[in-house]
Amino acid sequence: MSAIWRWLVDPAHWLGSDGIFARLGEHLGYASVTLLLAALIGIPLGLWIGHTGRGRLVVVNLANGMRSVPTLGLLFVAVLVLGPRLGGDLAFLAPAIIVLVILAIPPILAGAYAGVESVDPAARDAARGMGMRPLEVLAKVEVPCALPLIFSGLRSAALQVIATGTLAASVSLGGLGRFLIDGQAYRDYGQMAGGALLVAVLAVLVDLIFAAVQRTVVSPGLQPTTSRRATRTRLVPDPA
Amino acid sequence: MTWFLGHLSQVGGLLATHTALAVIPLLIGLLLAVPLGWLAHRYRWLTAPLVAGTGLLYTIPSLALFVLMPLVLGTGILDPINVVIALSVYTVALLVRTVADGLASVPDEVVQAATAMGVGPLRRFFTVELPLAVPVIAAGLRVAAVSNVSVVSVAALLGISQLGSLFTDGFARDFVDPIVVGIVACMTLALVLDLVILVASRVLTPWQQRGRTA
Repeated sequence: MSAIWRWLVDPAHWLGSDGIFARLGEHLGYASVTLLLAALIGIPLGLWIGHTGRGRLVVVNLANGMRSVPTLGLLFVAVLVLGPRLGGDLAFLAPAIIVLVILAIPPILAGAYAGVESVDPAARDAARGMGMRPLEVLAKVEVPCALPLIFSGLRSAALQVIATGTLAASVSLGGLGRFLIDGQAYRDYGQMAGGALLVAVLAVLVDLIFAAVQRTVVSPGLQPTTSRRATRTRLVPDPA
Repeated sequence: MTWFLGHLSQVGGLLATHTALAVIPLLIGLLLAVPLGWLAHRYRWLTAPLVAGTGLLYTIPSLALFVLMPLVLGTGILDPINVVIALSVYTVALLVRTVADGLASVPDEVVQAATAMGVGPLRRFFTVELPLAVPVIAAGLRVAAVSNVSVVSVAALLGISQLGSLFTDGFARDFVDPIVVGIVACMTLALVLDLVILVASRVLTPWQQRGRTA
């Protein structure tokens, strides 16, 4: 315990290009880029599948199937296979981001799809009856009603990406995982456990922030049922 | 393929360790989650703290949890016990909510009928409520089993030997074959565990219609 404390309170460990602040910045950088890319692909696709009802089997199986793929193995294969072709600075970064995006898409896709699918058909019919065009129904009724599940999908993906981002250090990238990998290499348990503590706190904080944002964005009328529906569809992330 | 055939016994040994590291926490987690899930279901005021509290533990990335375990347990960093306890924590985190949901899915009339027939609370729980909750609990257990198999492999970064060691060894030697073998072995193990739980759930609930997915 004292080893962690000594490591954490040393100002030298917080500043500089390999300090905690810089590593935290890198970690959040990878995570946000990944989440943004995954959301750009996953949300529209999920909405489309939910709206049209096409390809739902694909979504369900994809979300379940990806869970069984060992992240670490996928990351290593991507770096070994793609890395040499890309070369330079991109050799590690691009494969890692690609893997992170691939892992983040299924929960986002499943959230968007399940959200639209869970919309009460009566609400959809009412909107149609009022003369709304399909796109209007989607934008004015389906998306707002689906927001709770869209958010829980994003939240799962964010946690997944933060957890998997820790592994990126093992393929020579930055981020908070560096403290774990470097600490192990130098047999410095204080650094390892200190880094681990920071990652754990970051993950919990991000989860709480997502929960708070979800509460403010989602219409109050939808709040009470949301937790129950989210429970049923079980959009849990893997801790990677 | 050639690499795999030449290293059958090595892969087999790692697979056995991997299976133990994934399955033991699953059983520990299930044993702990049943009483906790019952508490969460029985006492409304306990639901939020139990489900949210255990859920928060689930957000902690596995690598971080593996490293922090020695602090809590007083074990060495390389001790496989860290992995077993950390995965038990994840399993409990997933299953408390599932068990509570499963118990909530038991129709009230059934519970009332059992009570009216004079079945005591304890016997009612084990012979009526728990068996009827099996399909929901099994669904959660399948998720936990599959994710456990994948998460165990991360422990290879700390030097704990199992199928994940094929990833780290392959990566260190710039050699893709062992990594691919490791991925396929992991996915096969996950699939087998998933099937075992599915079959066990079907056997335990003969009243469920065949062909319906859990």
